[in-house]
Amino acid sequence: MRCSKFLVPALLFAGVTVAAAQTPSYTHVGRTPSKDEIQAWSISVGPDGKGLPPGSGTAKQGAAIFATKCAYCHGANAQGGGIGTRLAGDKAAQDSLTTIHPVKTVGSYWPYATTIWDYINRAMPRNQAGSLKPDEVYSLTAFILFRSSIIQENDVMDARSLTKVQMPNRNGFVPPRFEDIPDEHKRGCREGVCP
Amino acid sequence: MIPDKPDRRSFLKNTAALAGLAVGASAASPVAEAAPPPERVDDLHAYGERSHLVNSVRIGSINNPERRIEGEPHDLGLRSPLQDQVGMITPASLHFVISHGYEPVDIAPQEHQLLIHGLVDRPLIFTLEELKRLPSVSRFHFIECHGNSSPGGPGSANRNAPKGTAQDTHGLTSCSQWTGVPLSLLLKEAGVQKGASWIIAEGADPSKHSKSIPLAKALDDALVAYGQNGEPVRPEQGFPLRLVVPGWQGINNVKWLRRIDVVDEPYMSMMEVSRYPSLKLDGKSRWFEFQLGPKSVITRPSGGYRLPGPGFYEISGLAWSGGGAVRRVEVSADGGRTWKDAEIEGPAYKKAHTRFTAPWTWTGDEVVLQSRCTDDTGEVQPTIAEVAKLWNADLDFFKNATIVVGDFNAIQPWKVNRDGSVQNALF
Repeated sequence: MRCSKFLVPALLFAGVTVAAAQTPSYTHVGRTPSKDEIQAWSISVGPDGKGLPPGSGTAKQGAAIFATKCAYCHGANAQGGGIGTRLAGDKAAQDSLTTIHPVKTVGSYWPYATTIWDYINRAMPRNQAGSLKPDEVYSLTAFILFRSSIIQENDVMDARSLTKVQMPNRNGFVPPRFEDIPDEHKRGCREGVCP
Repeated sequence: MIPDKPDRRSFLKNTAALAGLAVGASAASPVAEAAPPPERVDDLHAYGERSHLVNSVRIGSINNPERRIEGEPHDLGLRSPLQDQVGMITPASLHFVISHGYEPVDIAPQEHQLLIHGLVDRPLIFTLEELKRLPSVSRFHFIECHGNSSPGGPGSANRNAPKGTAQDTHGLTSCSQWTGVPLSLLLKEAGVQKGASWIIAEGADPSKHSKSIPLAKALDDALVAYGQNGEPVRPEQGFPLRLVVPGWQGINNVKWLRRIDVVDEPYMSMMEVSRYPSLKLDGKSRWFEFQLGPKSVITRPSGGYRLPGPGFYEISGLAWSGGGAVRRVEVSADGGRTWKDAEIEGPAYKKAHTRFTAPWTWTGDEVVLQSRCTDDTGEVQPTIAEVAKLWNADLDFFKNATIVVGDFNAIQPWKVNRDGSVQNALF
């Protein structure tokens, strides 16, 4: 599958160093995946909605799914349980973030609603990860957002609306961008140099 | 060696399917029809055991929520017994483990594949055998949890207690010789496109752990490792494949690595927006904290030791930094009033544990021992007061914090009492 025009540079560079040019150096090592294979593996969802599939759901639809698949660990109203963490946020939890005992929940702390979708889709429910259909994931995401008083019960969550949800703690993270960290060798805020 | 289990084969099959490894019939690799694994030789000497008189072990647990015992204090994971170790390599069997509540995945190596795709000219799938055909490197690197030594959060009661040992205080770091293929080589094979700036590394564990890593770091010194200390990477460390991201918080070192997606922005996955940003008292969380600072700890003598009496003792400890190689370690035996250079057991590798030693004669008086590391970028390990300043907090904040205080690299004091007992004197 690898084009023969790459063969000459491959031979030239083999055993020396990795080719500076962006051409493959090692022949017949690795294979080209099909588009279907890539799509089946690609589950990542970005904060701007990249990777979100078609589908939709509301908190009302999510409530029934939550009751059967999530409540056992996370509590009937997403308030947390013996096994699962608290998901729902409220004003008190948001206000606690400036105290010595912050209550970090999905609703009070997470900056992007897309992360909720991504995590439910890839990791939940525990022991049955990957079993939920896109509509179910949208519905459950909506349910957690509704239980955190961020959206209304009948608001429809889909690939477009989810990226528009304003999370309460969206501006609680600094610096806004990775590139804003001045020392590019540090790129960490350990020394207190973050804006 | 693979442990024998009666239903091993069917379990492997199910796990692989769950992990999304057997995607579509066309995904079958040329070695898909691999022979069944050999039976374990039932011989005491087939895989060596340490002396039955040596009993140093990890403490803590995987923290599987389904096996949680009511009333049992939670910890972040399994801590390595640093106080019992010599040299700079951590035995793979004693390497610290954090897996966020999930048991290690049982993956058949002949079925495991690594996909590289996204903003690349040539998406590629590699089998493990194919990765082993590529030019390999072996490098010494530590991996440290960003929550190691945290005075707050799970495990902090033991960490802060006078009875705390080096395992309690610093046991979430370990050092191995990792063998594998530089990630830069794989990315060049795939041909990174213009506009790409990040990668997402993803594991095959049940939560499909996913971590955004800047492309510059991926191309710098990240390693796709299949070997650890001369043998395959341990299951708890990501068998058969683990990403090693030298000097950066442990969370970046994705275990059971199955996918690298080349993208143009960080994807803000669960761990990077919820557990790992440092939330400070101003309500602002610092994220994109990656590189671990210079750090050291005296491991002998350390908390829990009892010196039999006055006389000569060699002080010995470990130093490391995510910024590079350890250039200097100083030791104080008078509570920080005076410092002397320790001997560094070289070569001091970049982003690796480095053993230091210093001669010391104990007079029998109460003393406080501590060590201070400087890396080759010139950064010096801070005191707890200096760390508090960075957090804009006082010592009470550290004492009472309920959340993990990330990247806590303050100097660790050990107090030697007149009776020879040694105790943790952080506070």
